[in-house]
Amino acid sequence: MKHIVKIMALLVALSAFWISLLQTSVLPQSYTWLLPLYFIVSLGCYGLLMVGVGLIQFPTCPHEAILLQKDIVEAKGFLKEKGVDIGSE
Amino acid sequence: MIRNSMEEKEEKNKYSIIVPTYNERLNIALTIYLIFKHLQNVNFEVIVVDDGSPDGTQEIVKQLQQVYGEDCILLRPRPKKLGLGTAYMHGLKHATGNFVVIMDADLSHHPKYLPSFIKKQIETGASIVTGTRYVKGGGVHGWNLMRKLTSRGANVLAHTLLWPGVSDLTGSFRLYQKSVLEDVISSCVSKGYVFQMEMIVRASRKGYHIEEVPITFVDRVYGSSKLGGSEIVEYLKGLLYLLVTT
Ligand SMILES: Nc1nc2c(ncn2[C@@H]2O[C@H](COP(=O)(O)OP(=O)(O)OP(=O)(O)O)[C@@H](O)[C@H]2O)c(=O)[nH]1
Ligand SMILES: [Mg+2]
Repeated sequence: MKHIVKIMALLVALSAFWISLLQTSVLPQSYTWLLPLYFIVSLGCYGLLMVGVGLIQFPTCPHEAILLQKDIVEAKGFLKEKGVDIGSE
Repeated sequence: MIRNSMEEKEEKNKYSIIVPTYNERLNIALTIYLIFKHLQNVNFEVIVVDDGSPDGTQEIVKQLQQVYGEDCILLRPRPKKLGLGTAYMHGLKHATGNFVVIMDADLSHHPKYLPSFIKKQIETGASIVTGTRYVKGGGVHGWNLMRKLTSRGANVLAHTLLWPGVSDLTGSFRLYQKSVLEDVISSCVSKGYVFQMEMIVRASRKGYHIEEVPITFVDRVYGSSKLGGSEIVEYLKGLLYLLVTT
């Protein structure tokens, strides 16, 4: 099944649920009408929240940059010794 | 007992490390040195696919062949810059190992992680081991806020829409069973970052066993980036494409 079909199915199921809520009026009608709006807004909030949290917790590794510099020096030393023409950057 | 059988497997396996290069004269030399440093007692070959770099990348690779042996470093150049996706396919045609590793030559993929890819594969029997920057032990260095923001945004979007089951979709440091790579790559059409995403999403949809290992990613020190332009638009298009085709 293509992934878009899964997502569509999910949306259809949600709409069906919503329509049944509208018809049986377990909740006040005016409230039910606003549910899709709440859904979209909360989806947006979820997205923003996830991006925000991801940014705050963004894993960084400054130490790795220092280790890499050491590796580069070591590699250049070896290669020069073997006569590989790596230039003089 | 377990150790013994692991060592036996390690001996039978051969790893073909495909490294596409374009103007990576210095970087490829450093990368190859580090590969040989970190992969002792492993049967492997490095396949450099160079797209006619004007900076003399191929000259350097030939010199490295003199140091490390021509059977360990294969230079499989192409006449002009034809893009990354086809570079992998080209390298794959010449691979003699039963496993293939794909990595960048710009030192943002550090060869010191190769043993952990191999170990993970042997432990789990996975078809694909993919390096991830977004779990404990992983990380990124050298990105500005904008770069981090787009990366996080792209990730959240892709996860919400595609449910891929792996944490790092656009990373390209991966180990594949050769037959699996051949199978997956033939159904991929995207370019750039989307290509990496398409590979892993298709593999996951096909039901291949995918494992992850943490890697750190230090942004390139030498040379310049070859991807660019309207990346965000391309990415969104790619996401849509994957939604309707996988
Ligand atoms: N053969 C070949 N290699 C390429 C081509 N474009 C990029 N590469 C190589 O592919 C690897 C990844 O390319 P990069 O330019 O580093 O792309 P990136 O990692 O997304 O960008 P950076 O932020 O610069 O690191 C490097 O080893 C490049 O040399 C190409 O058209 N042909
Ligand atoms: Mg890079």
